[in-house]
Amino acid sequence: MGAMEKTDRMSSGGAREYLTFRLDQEEYGIDIMKVQEIRGYEPPTRIANAPKFLKGVVNLRGTIVPIVDMRLKFACAKAEYNSFTVVIILNLKNRIVGIVVDSVSDVMELPPENLKSVPEIESVIDSSVVLGLGSLGDRMLILLDIERLMSGADMGLVADPEPE
Amino acid sequence: MEVAVVLAPPSPPAALTSFAKTPPLVTERILEIHIGPLEKPEQADAIKELFRDIPGLGDIEVVQTDQVDTRVFSVKTTSSDDDLLDLFAFHVSRDCVQIKTLNASQAAAASDGDGFFDQIAGANGSSGYADDPPPGAPLAPLPGFGFFDGAPGAPASPVLNGSASAKPVTKVSSPSAPPEAATIRVAINKVDQLINLVGELVITQAMLAQNSRALDPAVYQQLLSGLADLDRNTRDLQESVMSIRMIPMSIVFSRFPRMLRDLASKLGKKVEFVTQGEATELDKGLVEKITDPLTHLVRNSCDHGVELPADRVAAGKPESGTITLSAAHQGGSIVIEVRDDGRGLSREKILCKARERGLEVSDQMTDSEVWQLIFAPGFSTAEVVTDVSGRGVGMDVVKRNITALNGTVDIDSAEGYGMRVSVRLPLTLAIMDGMSVGVGDEVYLLPLSSVVESFQVKADAVSTVGQGTQLVKVRDEYMPVIKLEKVFQVPRFGVDKAGDIMVVIEADGSRAALLVDELLGQQQVVVKNLESNYRKVPNVSGATILGDGKVALILDTGALVRRSRH
Repeated sequence: MGAMEKTDRMSSGGAREYLTFRLDQEEYGIDIMKVQEIRGYEPPTRIANAPKFLKGVVNLRGTIVPIVDMRLKFACAKAEYNSFTVVIILNLKNRIVGIVVDSVSDVMELPPENLKSVPEIESVIDSSVVLGLGSLGDRMLILLDIERLMSGADMGLVADPEPE
Repeated sequence: MEVAVVLAPPSPPAALTSFAKTPPLVTERILEIHIGPLEKPEQADAIKELFRDIPGLGDIEVVQTDQVDTRVFSVKTTSSDDDLLDLFAFHVSRDCVQIKTLNASQAAAASDGDGFFDQIAGANGSSGYADDPPPGAPLAPLPGFGFFDGAPGAPASPVLNGSASAKPVTKVSSPSAPPEAATIRVAINKVDQLINLVGELVITQAMLAQNSRALDPAVYQQLLSGLADLDRNTRDLQESVMSIRMIPMSIVFSRFPRMLRDLASKLGKKVEFVTQGEATELDKGLVEKITDPLTHLVRNSCDHGVELPADRVAAGKPESGTITLSAAHQGGSIVIEVRDDGRGLSREKILCKARERGLEVSDQMTDSEVWQLIFAPGFSTAEVVTDVSGRGVGMDVVKRNITALNGTVDIDSAEGYGMRVSVRLPLTLAIMDGMSVGVGDEVYLLPLSSVVESFQVKADAVSTVGQGTQLVKVRDEYMPVIKLEKVFQVPRFGVDKAGDIMVVIEADGSRAALLVDELLGQQQVVVKNLESNYRKVPNVSGATILGDGKVALILDTGALVRRSRH
C-alpha cells in the first residue's frame, strides 16, 4: 500500500526530470524543480552541537544556508572534500538547503514505464523518502523525495515543534 | 509698442526649453486670454514676448479692451492651458489669468470685448497682490493650491537639529507631479533582497580592493582609479539602499494625539501634546517594535505624571500639562524622549514601596539608582489601580522590550517639575556594532552594546567553586567564567595556546566573563537570521557575513549569562 501511495506522489507531482548525483557507488535522482543551483564545496562555518552530517552554514550571496553532507547522512564509507566535491543548493518550500554529494552526473527524463517500486528493504534511508527506483539499462537510480527527507525531524533542520 | 520695463524678457529657463521640445498637439486652438486686473498692465506685455521668443508656441494678438487694468490677447496655439499657465506664471500671477477657448467664429464675435470682461474683472476685482509676482516662484497646479501647504512631510512643529539629515525629498516635490506619485509601495522582502545583494557587492568590492593593493600604481593607474570609483559608488549605493527601510517617526507620533485626547478627557485632565523631530528616520522594523513601549510611556506620563487641573493651579503651574514627545539622531542611535511637566517621581514613595516589597534599598542610593527601581517587575507606586495603569506591569515590559532591541532607557526626574524618559535605540536592527573574538580557528561576534571590558587574565586569578564552576574577580566583583571553547565545542588542533583573554559581558543586569583566545576587532556587521533556513541555535542570536565572505555567528549574550547562572 505504501508503494502505491508513493507511486501516486511521484506521478501526480508531475516531476519527470531528475538531477542525478553520485554518493560513493550509488546513483540518486531528485526532482530538478527543487534544485536552485550547483556550486563547488567551500568550508562552512561549523555550528556547535549540531548533528555530524550538518557541516555548518555558508554564505550564499547574503543568505545563510545550512549544508548537509549526504554522504555522512547515508553513512558512506568515506566523505572526502576535494575540488570535485559538489554542493547542490535546494529550494524547498522557501527554505534553502545545500547538500554535499560526490559528483553530479546529469539531468535526465524518466518515462513512467522505467519507474519501479521499491521492495521492502532495510537501509539507513527511511523507505518513506524513496519515491521509487528508476531503471536505465543496467543503471539503477534511487529517486528521493528530497523535500520529505530534509524536513524530517532527524535532520534537525527545522526547529523541533516544542511547546515552549 | 510699450516696453516691459519691469520685467525684462527672461532668458528662457529650463522649463521653457523643454516646453518647446514637447511634441505639439495635433489640434490648434484659438484662445482668448484675459490678464488682469494688474496694477501695472505693462507686465502683461511680457506675455507677447514669450510667443515671440519661443518658437512653435503660436501666434498672439492684442485685443483692445476698455478696462485699464486688464489686457486681453487672442492666441492661436497648440499648447494646453496648463502649459500656458506655467509659462505665464513667470510674468503674472496665475490668479490673474483667465483662458477661454473659442472657436474661430466666436473669436471674431468676442473680439470687440463687450460687457464680457466686466464680469470677469468684477470677479477678479478683489485679488490685489498681482503687482509683484516673484519670477520662478513655485507653480501651483491649481490656483489657490498652496504648494507648501499640501506638501507631504512638511514639519508641523519645530524639528530638532539632530534630525536635519531628514530626507529633503519629502519636502520638495516637483511642482507638476501630484503628491501621490511621490511614493510607491514595495514588499519588504524585495527591499531585503536588495540589501542582501548590496551587501554581497560590498564584500566583493572589499575583496577586489584587498587584492589590488599589491599592484604598482604607475602601471595599473586606470584599474586602480576605477576601483576607487567602485569603492565610493558601492558605499553610496549601500547607504541609499539602507535608507529605503527608514521611515519617519511621524508614523508613530501621529497615533498619540488622539489617544492622549481620549485619555485626558477620561481622567479629567488637560494635556497639551507637543511633538518634535517627527522627520527623524528609523528602521521600519524598529518603528513597529517601539510603538507599544512608547504608547505605554506616554500613557504613564498622562496618568501618573500630569496632575489634575486644580492641583496644577495650586502648585502654581498652568492648568494644562504638556507632554512632549521628541526624536533626534545622536551619533549612530536615535533618542526618543517622553517629557512631561507633571509631578515627577517621588523618591520617598519609591523607596518606601521598594522596602515594602522586600527589595534591598538604602537612603544613600543615588537618584538614578532609585529611578531604576521602577523597572522592577510588579513595581507600582500608584495607590489605586485604574483601568489605565497602576498594575505594575509596564515599565519592566518597556525596559525588556527596549533592551531586546539593543536599546537603553534612562529616567530623569525632578519632583514637582516633571520627568523625562529617554529611550536610546540603534538606528537599525539590520546593522549592529560587533566585537569579533577568535576561539581556535573560529570567529564569533559579540554585540558591542553588551561588552563591558576585556582584559588579560592570569591563571591564579581564577578560582573554582563546588563542581568546578570558575569565578574570576574583576574590580571587587566575582563573576562566572564562560569558556566559549567549551560552549561551542571548538576543536583544538595540536598545541594551540589556551585562551587567556576575558571579555566581560553584561546582559539582563548580570555579568559574566567570556574566555576567548584573542580579540580581533570591532566592526559594523549586517545581522542575518539563522532561522530563515535553519533553526534556532542555542547561545546564538544570529549570523553575519565577514569581510572575507565567511559566516560568523553572533553570540546571544543574554542566553550565555543565563546559562552561567544555572
